[in-house]
Amino acid sequence: MDELLKILASNALESRETIARMLNLSVEEVQARIAEYERAGIIRGYQAILNEDQLDLDKVTAVIEVKVTPQREGGFDRIAERISRFPEVRSAYLMSGAYDLLLFVEGRNLREVAAFVSEKLAPLEGVLSTATHFMLKTYKRLGVLMHPETPDERLAVSP
Amino acid sequence: MNASLSLRDRLARQVRDIPRSGIRDFFDIVSTMRDVISLSIGEPDFDTPWHVREYTVFALERGATHYTSNLGYLELRRALSRYVARQFGAEYNPETEILVTVGVSEALDLALRALLNPGDEVLYHEPCYVSYRALVLFAHGVPVAVETRAEDGFRLTRAMLEARVTPRTKVLLLNFPNNPTGAVMSRQDLEEIAAFVREHDLLVITDDIYAELTYDQPHTSIVSLPGMRDRTILLHGFSKAWAMTGFRLGYACAPAELTEAMMKIHQYTMLCASSLSQKAALEALSRPEQDVAEMVEEYRRRRNFIASALADLGLPCTRPLGAFYAFPNISRFGLSSKDFALRLLREENVAAVPGTAFGECGEGFLRCAYATSMDKLKEAMERLARFVQRLERERR
Repeated sequence: MDELLKILASNALESRETIARMLNLSVEEVQARIAEYERAGIIRGYQAILNEDQLDLDKVTAVIEVKVTPQREGGFDRIAERISRFPEVRSAYLMSGAYDLLLFVEGRNLREVAAFVSEKLAPLEGVLSTATHFMLKTYKRLGVLMHPETPDERLAVSP
Repeated sequence: MNASLSLRDRLARQVRDIPRSGIRDFFDIVSTMRDVISLSIGEPDFDTPWHVREYTVFALERGATHYTSNLGYLELRRALSRYVARQFGAEYNPETEILVTVGVSEALDLALRALLNPGDEVLYHEPCYVSYRALVLFAHGVPVAVETRAEDGFRLTRAMLEARVTPRTKVLLLNFPNNPTGAVMSRQDLEEIAAFVREHDLLVITDDIYAELTYDQPHTSIVSLPGMRDRTILLHGFSKAWAMTGFRLGYACAPAELTEAMMKIHQYTMLCASSLSQKAALEALSRPEQDVAEMVEEYRRRRNFIASALADLGLPCTRPLGAFYAFPNISRFGLSSKDFALRLLREENVAAVPGTAFGECGEGFLRCAYATSMDKLKEAMERLARFVQRLERERR
C-alpha cells in the first residue's frame, strides 16, 4: 500500500506538513495526492475511532450471519447492496464458509435490533436464514486497543 | 582495616581510573525532572512483537527454565546460522561457531577478553557507543580512537586508520550502522577497510547490532568480504531490530577457535544466556521479515521527519542512514555540547545526549534518538525550534 495511505489510515489528522516531511514530498504534492485518492473514491471518509463502552450510549450492536440465495444477474451483489442500504447496517461483508453475508447492525436496544431482523431483514426475498449475536464488550477496534496500554517503561536516558 | 588505605585505593586500577559514563551523569539529571520529552533513549519505542511475547509465556509454561548448553540451544544456533547467512552473507557452523550471549554487550566483552594480551592496541572509531573504550581497558588492552568526521558522513577511511596503526595493533572494532551518528558504510567503503585489515594482519570485531535498521541501502557487513570471515568476530542481537532490549539476548559468530575461546569465559562467568530469552529469540526468527519491515518503515518516516526539521532549524546534520539517531551540529551557538543539552533540558524539557558522551570528538554535536512516537518527535522539534530562536536572540 502507498505509504501516504498507511499514514492516513493510522492517523488521518496528521498534518500535511508532517506527512510531507516524513515522505520527502512537498506539502502541495501531499495535498494533491490526497485529493486524487478522495476523487477516485479510494479514501471514502475520515472517522474518529471511539471507545463507545465509555460513553454509556443507548446502543447495542449485533453481528448477524446471513445466508442468502445468489440472484441471477448480480449474484450476491444485488442482495448485499440492498441490505447495505438500511441505515441500521453499519458494515456488511461477503464471506466464505458456512454463511454468505456478515452484518454489523446497530440499534438502540435489543428489541429494536430484533425488530429489524424479523421485520426488515429476514423477510427480504433471497434471505434464507439469519443468526444474530450481540456484542458485549469491545477490546480492540480497527487495530486500536480500547484499554489503556502500559505506560512507557523505558529509562529516560540510555546509551 | 588499615585506616590509611581508603576503599577507593583498593580498587583495581583499570576500573578506578575509568570515569563513569557521561550518559549516567545525564540520566541522573533527567530523572529529577518531570514531563520531559526524551530524545535520549537508545532503545526502540515499539513493543516486542506480540507473537514473541506470547511464545515466551508458552515456553515458561512448558518449563524452559533450566540451564541450556553453554553455547545456547542448538535449535536457536541453527536458526541463527540460517539468518546470519541471509542477512550478513557469511556461513557459520551452528555446532561450533555461534555463541549465544547476554546481549551484544557480553559478546563484545568476551571477544575483547578472548583476544587481548596486556598492551595490545584496539583501533576503534569515535564518536561511538559508550562502552567500547571501557571494555578494552577492562581487558587490559589499549584503546586507540580514530576520529570520524561529519564532512565524511562519519564514515571510516583507510587513511584515518593508517595514521593510527602501530605494530601493537591487534584488533579493529567496527560499529555500523553507527550509534550515535547514524552513519553506515557502503560495500565500497568496507572494501578499503578490509584491504587495510588484511595488509596489517589484524582481527576485526564488528558490532552489527543495527544491521536491519538501514533506510536507503541494505546493510553490508565486513564479514561478507573476501578473506574477512576467518579473521572477524561478528556481533549481533535482538535488542534493536526486534525491540527486545530487556531480554538481553545477543550472539557472536566467529571461526571455531575464537568461539571456543569466548565460550570458555562465558562458561565460567555466565554459564548460559537466559533460557527464556533464547526461546523468545527462536520465535523472533520465525518471521523476521514482517516484524522488522514494519518497524523499519516507521523509523524511515521519522528519520525523514527529523532530518527535515533539523535542516529547517539551520542545524547541519549528516543524513542519518541507519540506526535511529540523528547527530546534528550545534556548535554555532558557542555553547559546549553539555551546556547546550543542559539548557535544552532545563528550558524546554527536552532531553538529548551531548555528543561528548560518545567521545571527545563529539563536541559540538547532540545525539537525538528518533525511537519515539511521531507526536513526541513533533513536540520535541517545536521546543527545539523555540530554544534555537532564543539562543539566536541572545547572540545578537
